[in-house]
Amino acid sequence: MYKIVSKRELAENVDEFVIEAPQIARKAKPGQFVIVRVTVRGERIPLTIAEKDPEAGTITLMVQRVGKSTYHLSCFEEGNSLKDVVGPLGKPTHIENWGNVVAIGGGLGLAPIHHICQGVKEAGNNLTVIMGFRSKDLIFWEDKMKILADRVIITTNDGSYGMKGLVTDALQKLIDEGEKIDMVICAGPVPMMKAVAEVTRPHKIPTIASLNPIMVDGTGMCGACRVTVGGEVKFACVDGPEFNAHEVDFDELMNRLCMFKSLEKVAMERFQEKHCGCKRG
Amino acid sequence: MAKREIIKKRVPVPERDPKERIKDFKEVKLGYTPQLAMEEAKRCLQCPTAPCVKACPVRVPIPQFIKLIEEGKFVEAARKIKEENIMPSVCGRVCPQEIQCEGACVVGKVGDPVAIGALEAFAGDHEASVGYEKFEIKEKTGKKIAIVGSGPAGIACAADLVKWGHDVTIFEALHEPGGVLVYGIPEFRLPNETVKRELEFLLNMGVKLELNFIVGKTKTIYELLEEFDAVFIGSGAGLPYMLNIEGLNLNGVYSANEFLTRIIFMGANRFPEYDTPVFTGKRVAVIGGGNTAMDVARTAKRLKEVEEVYLIYRRSEAEMPARVEEVHHAKEEGVIFKTLTNPVKFIGENGWLKAIECVKMELSEPDESGRRRPVPIPGSEFVLEVDTVVMAIGQGPNPVVVEGVEEIRRGKKGEILVDPETLMTDLPGVFAGGDVIHGGSTVIIAMGDGRKAAKAIHEYVMSK
Ligand SMILES: Cc1cc2nc3c(=O)[nH]c(=O)nc-3n(C[C@H](O)[C@H](O)[C@H](O)COP(=O)(O)OP(=O)(O)OC[C@H]3O[C@@H](n4cnc5c(N)ncnc54)[C@H](O)[C@@H]3O)c2cc1C
Ligand SMILES: Cc1cc2nc3c(=O)[nH]c(=O)nc-3n(C[C@H](O)[C@H](O)[C@H](O)COP(=O)(O)OP(=O)(O)OC[C@H]3O[C@@H](n4cnc5c(N)ncnc54)[C@H](O)[C@@H]3O)c2cc1C
Ligand code: SF4
Ligand code: SF4
Ligand code: FES
Repeated sequence: MYKIVSKRELAENVDEFVIEAPQIARKAKPGQFVIVRVTVRGERIPLTIAEKDPEAGTITLMVQRVGKSTYHLSCFEEGNSLKDVVGPLGKPTHIENWGNVVAIGGGLGLAPIHHICQGVKEAGNNLTVIMGFRSKDLIFWEDKMKILADRVIITTNDGSYGMKGLVTDALQKLIDEGEKIDMVICAGPVPMMKAVAEVTRPHKIPTIASLNPIMVDGTGMCGACRVTVGGEVKFACVDGPEFNAHEVDFDELMNRLCMFKSLEKVAMERFQEKHCGCKRG
Repeated sequence: MAKREIIKKRVPVPERDPKERIKDFKEVKLGYTPQLAMEEAKRCLQCPTAPCVKACPVRVPIPQFIKLIEEGKFVEAARKIKEENIMPSVCGRVCPQEIQCEGACVVGKVGDPVAIGALEAFAGDHEASVGYEKFEIKEKTGKKIAIVGSGPAGIACAADLVKWGHDVTIFEALHEPGGVLVYGIPEFRLPNETVKRELEFLLNMGVKLELNFIVGKTKTIYELLEEFDAVFIGSGAGLPYMLNIEGLNLNGVYSANEFLTRIIFMGANRFPEYDTPVFTGKRVAVIGGGNTAMDVARTAKRLKEVEEVYLIYRRSEAEMPARVEEVHHAKEEGVIFKTLTNPVKFIGENGWLKAIECVKMELSEPDESGRRRPVPIPGSEFVLEVDTVVMAIGQGPNPVVVEGVEEIRRGKKGEILVDPETLMTDLPGVFAGGDVIHGGSTVIIAMGDGRKAAKAIHEYVMSK
């Protein structure tokens, strides 16, 4: 069993969990993830290792509630245990001293971005983080990122905080201002990553995207996570989850993420009926 | 012994009606009763040369155990089998007997071969129902051995090593142990209970089990070697092959591994009681002709939403590698066979699979190897409308376990290369067996490897 050491709500629909998993904490590298099963009848869901503390033997997960399993997870409190946590999975981010790095995260993408940024800084890069939110009250981890990065740019869709607009607007602005960018790393909703790739493509700025396809085992056994990169089929759980964003077929990824939509809705509705006692049910 | 008269007809194994059994996932074969088993046992001629034994990969003492059944000594019969094969209940159910033990049975030359598999399963089940006898554990050696993977290879290896007094830990990547026996082979063929009780027995004997532990990720082989005196890799062949044709990544296209894992392992047939979903639509096509393909087809047939299941295979039925019984059961259950047919491309609409374009095949003249290769018949293309397609065209070893371990050499298909006598890899102290060295084989071969490696590991650690 994997005990929850602490839990806090970061923003509406986003929780942060610190979980006891000493073996994983010891090995986890930026870019890697775990697969979690909340209960015995639960689904296996992939979640990024946002942070690790090998001494304390813990890993930090950031979970955005989107459906049955993530809502169910949010009912778990400090002291409870998760049924299964396995990892670390996926290839660690390939990090070098590139020079000037821009890391871009939105929503659940902030989990990989946070851990990757730790590595990017350790390698001696100059780091700018662009974080995107819908509005001011949904912002989280501003403090954490400010400690890490040389510069943090926050965008909100409604302009209630930071720059008004999307993360790509902020990125475009940096490029237009003539900043020399050596590497862009992005993670978040697929349309966001696709848009980032389109912004950097004409300027030939190397861009890495951390993909989030549907997974089952996370070890290369099932092929559920297949994505097309540069015309080739890859298994994101073992070949990725990070790939050259300019080569990823984002439309296909978006389509594959919808494969179980109708059933996910059934699961969610049933969950809400059954868990009316739970504070989020 | 006086010469026996040959009884040509086999005592049939009671089975559930196909119309009934496709409504659930419970076991199809009900198995022999003690009376039926004793009657069938009488058919064995007790051949002194026992060709059946030579055709069994682990040399189960067949005439001896059958004799014990005939005498009503069922528990003794099971223990006789267990001298060579520790999981009679499993192998009796899943071995391809027609090309192994039963294929060589003398009675088979004039009538039905003796039902060795069914008798073996009967003996194993009987022993389990009265409780296993604990085997004697030799004095503790103080040697620690790590086993990677809890499939048949790992189980068999662990069983011998713990008997000989070693301290054994099995590391398993998934959240339940058993390997393909629990995540691949469906319950209507091999109930999970059967596998579970074998595993429980092992754990009672003192074998330790760590789940959710991926060797190569959670710890590397090198790290295991720091803690353990030897390592056995029985990580199987869990890397699915895909048909590299147009439309591979459309929604509705699965690998057999994904399909079976969702249903058999994660309980998607009981969704939404269980969280993992599976989407099928009404018409399902399965590509392949092996055991996996049959398992997928028969599993699909049992899902409420599914109306029609097609099995697409490029050769003819005679060449199908699946167990004969599986083919027979699939047909009884209404799977529609499309043999001498090959998929050309998956046709989609708005990102979802709608149909498969297929081409008819014919078998060419036998080549040097004597095998008749299937070749497409020009102009015979046709379109089969389906909602889901599942590819069951084989699998290879998963590289995760040995990633970054340069000393361990691998073959063309990614299989780990070992010394054929000791099953040791080029990295001293690391042994491998089962599907990970063959690229894919059978339960009994994997178990045989596990035992062979156990012997070599014992010698290795004791001489260190
Ligand atoms: C490598 C990787 C890292 C991830 N890291 C994080 C993270 O750090 N924080 C976070 O909040 N989310 C992360 N995700 C996404 C997270 O796994 C999904 O949000 C979660 O599985 C949804 O499950 P659900 O039951 O709550 O929702 P559902 O209702 O089942 O699904 C909602 C949507 O989530 C996606 N999804 C569903 N099942 C899966 C699955 N098994 N695997 C992946 N996606 C699925 C689908 O697009 C689906 O439409 C990551 C995904 C991947 C692949
Ligand atoms: C659907 C299907 C039907 C079959 N039907 C039959 C049949 O009827 N008769 C028959 O004889 N054979 C059949 N086979 C083949 C048979 O199941 C295999 O040959 C046999 O299971 C191989 O045993 P194994 O122990 O080598 O590997 P597996 O059974 O594959 O077990 C390997 C185990 O290792 C684990 N593992 C993998 N990588 C790691 C890692 N890095 N760290 C830790 N653990 C790891 C896996 O999760 C798995 O549990 C079938 C196979 C399939 C897929
Ligand atoms: S182990 Fe398999 S091949 Fe050997 S006797 Fe038993 S059923 Fe036959
Ligand atoms: S070959 Fe057949 S008849 Fe002869 S011993 Fe073996 S099972 Fe019995
Ligand atoms: S999740 Fe199964 S292969 Fe990647």
